[in-house]
Amino acid sequence: MLKIQHLKKQYKKGPLVLKNINLVIPEGQIVGLIGPSGAGKSTLIRCINRLIKPSSGDISLGGINLSNASPRQIREQRRYIGMIFQEYALVERLSVMENVLSGRLGYLSFWQSFTRRYPQQDIDNAFDYLQRVGLIDHANKRADELSGGQRQRVGIARALAQDPRLLLVDEPTASLDPKTSRQIMRLIQSICREKGLPAIINIHDVPLAMQFVDRIIGLQGGEIVFDGLASELNEDVLTRIYGNEDWQPAGNDQDKGDE
Amino acid sequence: MRHWERPHYIVANRFWRLSLWVFFFVYLVVGIGSIEINWIRIYEGLERGSHFLSAFLHPDFTTRSTDIYAGILESLTITVTSTVAGILLSIPFGIGAARNISIKPIYLFCRAFIAISRSMQEVIVAIFLVALFGFGAFAGFLTLTYATIGFLGKLLAEEIEGIDRKQLEAVRSTGASWLQSIHVGIWPQIMPRMIGLSFYRLDINFRESAVIGIVGAGGIGATLNTAIDRYEYDSAGAILLLIIIIVMICEYLSGWIRKWIS
Repeated sequence: MLKIQHLKKQYKKGPLVLKNINLVIPEGQIVGLIGPSGAGKSTLIRCINRLIKPSSGDISLGGINLSNASPRQIREQRRYIGMIFQEYALVERLSVMENVLSGRLGYLSFWQSFTRRYPQQDIDNAFDYLQRVGLIDHANKRADELSGGQRQRVGIARALAQDPRLLLVDEPTASLDPKTSRQIMRLIQSICREKGLPAIINIHDVPLAMQFVDRIIGLQGGEIVFDGLASELNEDVLTRIYGNEDWQPAGNDQDKGDE
Repeated sequence: MRHWERPHYIVANRFWRLSLWVFFFVYLVVGIGSIEINWIRIYEGLERGSHFLSAFLHPDFTTRSTDIYAGILESLTITVTSTVAGILLSIPFGIGAARNISIKPIYLFCRAFIAISRSMQEVIVAIFLVALFGFGAFAGFLTLTYATIGFLGKLLAEEIEGIDRKQLEAVRSTGASWLQSIHVGIWPQIMPRMIGLSFYRLDINFRESAVIGIVGAGGIGATLNTAIDRYEYDSAGAILLLIIIIVMICEYLSGWIRKWIS
């Protein structure tokens, strides 16, 4: 269970990016985080795995406090938080397999990873994950030889290799075509269901979010302005999150820019 | 009709712009006028040059062959050892001097070291180190190691600063330690260029080893200096030819290796 209380974030002398965020995510729940660019979605999920240091407030995962953890504790806790990125963020010049195994870095000593002596169990698991995401034949290809959808699958396998207790997913489909986007969202959804994994998915595509997530949180100006079931999302709510716009499907031209 | 003209971005003021141009041309004319050209000396120099050129056309590899062989061997030894030592030492300095992964005090120290190393020409460093450690290969080795740290350290730091940060962020998010994130998140991104630059530095170091030899830091440069002092232009010609050939081989090989890597 992920619990966020009174989370605030302010960059140096800037405005508050996150203003008092309170949030509880139970086991196995898939949460879609929507909101306009600059609403603080990226900052919020990066505060959870401490790629960004929160200014104040508490974040705890499975009872362990992350907001005031020491660097060593942060490193230890990051193992359990898998992250999937917008532009895949694979190490382009490494092979698919090496990218998946890099999910184990938090568990290995420097010499083990430097000499690439991964435990047999890790290698077996990595093959299983590659099988699961459908890339078993590409294990020894270089990551930059793959298509966008395939790379995102490697990203998913890497997150799985961490043996995570939580998935943070940052705009997983923003660089993908509509069909691939659906496949990727479906894959993330079914993996979360299989493992009972909770996930927070930043996403710009509202219809896609409604189709694949259990709960939607709308962020606007660093505040939660909507928190409810995907089915409860209507035009009023969208206006509250994004501002005035004609939300009819025919005139659907919401901003899909990067954050 | 609306008027438009391209704004002057660098010097906006018309008066200063014209003044700068006038100053530039006056300085150019005065500068050229102040050069003393002594035609007699040029004539004498040309005559010496022709001696040199004719010796060049009849290079003598045999008379001083043992000296030449020993000099070349020493130069190659200096080149290889100083390049290897320089590469190894440039890694910590380069990492320390990369703003995005280093901390402020270490960053400043490494940048300062690199800046000092780069601001001093190899010959000047060599003169200093020869004075400290005496004539010979050791001074040459130290000089080139020092220069290599400055050269590769700066380029390595710039490569690290120019990496794709998303890849590093992803590696860090798995719980990787600082060393692991450098090995997995940064090294693959900069490796091809670093190998290329190392070979590039190898052939610079060979060329430099010939030059610093002239000020006493050992190697083929010392042999060349002796030959010129003794007016043995034919041996000097042979040495110069050998240097040119070796430099060309190095350059060809390093170019080929760089192409093969990328």
